[in-house]
Amino acid sequence: MNNEAVPISRDWSNVTGEPTTQPATALLVLGCPQVPVQTSIALYLINRLKKAGIVPTVAGNKAANTLLVVADPDRHYLGEIMDLDRAVVMITEKKRDFDRCFVFIHNDAGVTYAGTMSAISKAKVYTIIYGEHYEDLVKQLDFPCTTIAAKSVHNPLPLKKALDEVAPWAA
Amino acid sequence: MGCVESMNYEIVLRDASFKESREFIKKQFREYLDVQPGFKVFDTHVIGLPPIAIALDGDFVIFPFTKPCHGTFLLRIEDKEEAARLRALKK
Repeated sequence: MNNEAVPISRDWSNVTGEPTTQPATALLVLGCPQVPVQTSIALYLINRLKKAGIVPTVAGNKAANTLLVVADPDRHYLGEIMDLDRAVVMITEKKRDFDRCFVFIHNDAGVTYAGTMSAISKAKVYTIIYGEHYEDLVKQLDFPCTTIAAKSVHNPLPLKKALDEVAPWAA
Repeated sequence: MGCVESMNYEIVLRDASFKESREFIKKQFREYLDVQPGFKVFDTHVIGLPPIAIALDGDFVIFPFTKPCHGTFLLRIEDKEEAARLRALKK
């Protein structure tokens, strides 16, 4: 019998002795859900992020969040969901931040929220731009971000293709 | 001071882009200050593309208020204390 003293570790998740690292995080900032592709692409992106080991959090208004919750009642995809205004407050007050921030944009308000996130968060910002006027919206971006854009309104496939080409979950 | 949406506000400008709202403030008001996104006005952290212009007109504060589905509004709210606080930041 080996009577050698064994150090007691309370951190059973780290039995190998290797340094623990926090998983990467991502915030999805949803816009007004009036353009149908947003909910579909958000769920797709959440799935890709989770498969890559990135923990996604969703921030939207009540309608945008409810569309996701109803579409995923057993929470196969969704993790944390929060009110958009609350997310802005928490990031501004340095109580919370993320490694990546995906801002869904199909109107001027979306551009405004993306510019805000670029200013208040340390996250790498990705702008996901869609809708009829996506080209005009792309021209309005004058802050550091990676742009993923396509003329998607009802059909999410052009935007999915643009997202897959950038593959932000692998960056 | 309570939630901006429950305060007695007047809409100065609606259906304009954020940048148009900023230009409107700088053109229409002699007294304004530039702030960064997240700056607190009343109980709200302002959303916007920096720099965000906030105007002062006597005891009135004029500032942009953005909602995802409704875009940016310029709101005008009378509040002597808040106007004085913001005015002091200019110095």
